[in-house]
Amino acid sequence: MTTMDVSPETNTGFRRKTVWDHLSRLVRRQPLGAGGAVVIIVMLMMALFAEFIAPYDPEANSFEYMLVPPSLDFLLGTDQFGRDLFSRIVYGARTALFVGFACAIIGAFGGLVLGVASAYFGGWLDLVMQRIIDVFMAFPLIIMALAIVSIFGTGTDKVIIAITIPFIPRCARVVRSSALAVREMPYIDAARSIGYGHFRIIMKHIAPNVVAPFLIMLTAFLGEAILLEASLSYLGLGVQEPTPAWGLMLQGGAEEYAESAPWVPVWPGLAITIAVFGFNLFGDAVRDMLDPKLRTR
Amino acid sequence: MKKLWRSTATTALAIGVAALFGPAAAKAETPQYGDELRMVVGSNIPSFDAHIESTFGMIHPIRPFYSVLIRVNPDNPSSPTDFVCDVCEGAVPKPTEGGTKYTFKIRNDIKFHDGTPLTAHDVKATFDKIVFPPEGIASNRVAYFRMVESITTPDDYTVEFKLKNPSGTFLPSVAMPFNFIYAKKDLDTHGYTWHQKNVNGSGAFKFAEYVPGSHVKGVKYEGYHHKGQPYLDGFTAIAAPKMSVRLQAIRGGQADIEFRGFPPKARDDLVAALGDQITVQESDWNCVLIVTPNHEVKPMDDARVRRALSLAIDRKGGSQYLSKIAIVKTVGGIVFPGHPLAATEEELSQLAGYGNDIEANRAEAKRLLKEAGHENLKITLHNRGVDQPYKVVGTWLIDQWKKIGVEADQWVQPSTPFYATLRSKKDFTISLDFNCQSIINPIADISKFLPGSGANYAYFQDEQLVKWYDEMLAEGDEAKQRELMRKYEKRVLDDLASQFITLWWYKINPHRSYVKGWKIAPSHYLNQALDNIWIDQAEKKRQLGG
Repeated sequence: MTTMDVSPETNTGFRRKTVWDHLSRLVRRQPLGAGGAVVIIVMLMMALFAEFIAPYDPEANSFEYMLVPPSLDFLLGTDQFGRDLFSRIVYGARTALFVGFACAIIGAFGGLVLGVASAYFGGWLDLVMQRIIDVFMAFPLIIMALAIVSIFGTGTDKVIIAITIPFIPRCARVVRSSALAVREMPYIDAARSIGYGHFRIIMKHIAPNVVAPFLIMLTAFLGEAILLEASLSYLGLGVQEPTPAWGLMLQGGAEEYAESAPWVPVWPGLAITIAVFGFNLFGDAVRDMLDPKLRTR
Repeated sequence: MKKLWRSTATTALAIGVAALFGPAAAKAETPQYGDELRMVVGSNIPSFDAHIESTFGMIHPIRPFYSVLIRVNPDNPSSPTDFVCDVCEGAVPKPTEGGTKYTFKIRNDIKFHDGTPLTAHDVKATFDKIVFPPEGIASNRVAYFRMVESITTPDDYTVEFKLKNPSGTFLPSVAMPFNFIYAKKDLDTHGYTWHQKNVNGSGAFKFAEYVPGSHVKGVKYEGYHHKGQPYLDGFTAIAAPKMSVRLQAIRGGQADIEFRGFPPKARDDLVAALGDQITVQESDWNCVLIVTPNHEVKPMDDARVRRALSLAIDRKGGSQYLSKIAIVKTVGGIVFPGHPLAATEEELSQLAGYGNDIEANRAEAKRLLKEAGHENLKITLHNRGVDQPYKVVGTWLIDQWKKIGVEADQWVQPSTPFYATLRSKKDFTISLDFNCQSIINPIADISKFLPGSGANYAYFQDEQLVKWYDEMLAEGDEAKQRELMRKYEKRVLDDLASQFITLWWYKINPHRSYVKGWKIAPSHYLNQALDNIWIDQAEKKRQLGG
């Protein structure tokens, strides 16, 4: 007796695509973006499982092991306080991602709300909002962040505020330009004509149609936020000791030990570079995938 | 390892050579005239008025423009008692009338840089401003002159200080480098704030130029009253807040010296890179980092918690290791280590946190925290945004407290808001603070620990401490002073743990070996007149070419 295979794939001659298929397609079409995704996944793993990956307490001073070069005991060496650099790099990923995601998500969502509201309502609200955004955007990101941190002070929470605030107008400007186009679409007029309220139109018809620029800004912000956090910490205005943070590790080590113990500044510098590079590659890939013009090529 | 050994050995050799042959060589060498000194200064200048400032950022570039009444002997600046006349004549006067009157004879050959003769009236006007400032006029050192009853000028070249009671702290206070002599004419004509932005002194150098954030320039004053000095044609004080910039400036030959001090690692790097082109001078430093709990904030109102935090600190271990990476080294009590009034090692070991058995100390600390109901204490250490030594020591302290189960993080502020928090906002729980003084003058120096002294930011009251302090001030016998000092110290560091000591600073000054004549002092405020410094020009040419 023969049995008949009734699976849809066999019947139709098509096989349902697995996650692996999607991934391999992504790797083929966006190899650099896939590389960026790998960096992000590694960082996420480091951040989530730092307790299991790091061999030592990243904050514990062990003065008998001051400035030990990389070895089997200390894979990346130790710093001037005898702290294991590998453990600090691993835990530093947690700080970088926490600050990066917090700033990017809050900044991008803040920009989404303001951008959509500004475009949808238009008139004096749009005018006032855009002039305020002009003022904010007149300052380079780092200058704005420095100004804000000088008002609020130092520390992880203050750094998040300092980086998030300049992100909001940047995202708002981009989202607004997309939302302006969507606002003029016939289906928006149709929605109005059948009595939909502003909130429903924004939530159901405008916001979903500006998701592409929103996601592009979000991914771009991630790398920028990590770099800004590292910059502020390097300047002594960001995260403070003994919290493991890459920029802070550079601040403590780069100046005094660059020559005699180069491993102290090299590893955190490398970590920042790879992380920002990874997020930027991934962000570019997301943009390419979401942009219809680039997608058809 | 080999590299480390080599660098340490080279450093030790350089220090040894400097220590052994430096003074002898300096004596043997004849000073040369000419050339310019380029110093790097790690701070900006808040104002030019030394009567209201306390920072090396002002002293290093501005002190060379002014004279003082008496000063530490520039050839023996390590001594806390060797004072010599600057604008006064002969030896430093002995007190008369039972130790309550000091009469200074003023030299009659001194002129301010604008040509005005310097007389006793200028000295009186200066000290009147410092000791009895008019309402609304700031003076940072009023407390040091609490014993002064009156200042008079019997003639144009005599000044008399009448004291309320005999005091061993009077002369050291007069010798402080902040007591710049101002012209009475300037004070009368321009007012008491004119010197904050203007310079008219009678020092070895005349003010030439100030570019904010960049540099201060001085040129030789030909009419300087110490004949034959200064040797230099001028100096430039270059503002360089970042330590790496100062270090590289000396290494690259853009600067000759930095007077505040570098950490040991910087010294080792310079010596390893430049060898005999660098001279290293080292000294204990009349500067100590202290921990100040705010007694007005819970749980720092509880002496058990404060004591526990002090007991957790392994000062001896910290000294051994931190001295390799920071400008701290010496374990001590509240008095400058080595001074006759300072505690001996045995006396220190009786105080909380100084016992040799650190594990026992920490067990006691945990017991105290448990008894106080703060087993899982979380605190924020308020700190100053300066790496050396504040942030380094702050990071170490947090690790020390972790060992008794206290979780701490760090709240770092730049200097101006840092002081605003300590002085006016008072919204901190526990903070690092410092006690840096110029002349070693223990009884005056320990006023930092006196409740209500103005510089004590622990915000508490204790009549016993005030009583013992007043008794010390009035006591002429050194043995009795020492006895009172021990009681005072035990009450501060042990019974109340009102504030506690971390480590005393250690001064390391590596400079280009062609800079001659300058000797290190136990304070970065002292010996900065620059009148005895000269440049060995042949050696400079050998090192830098050109």
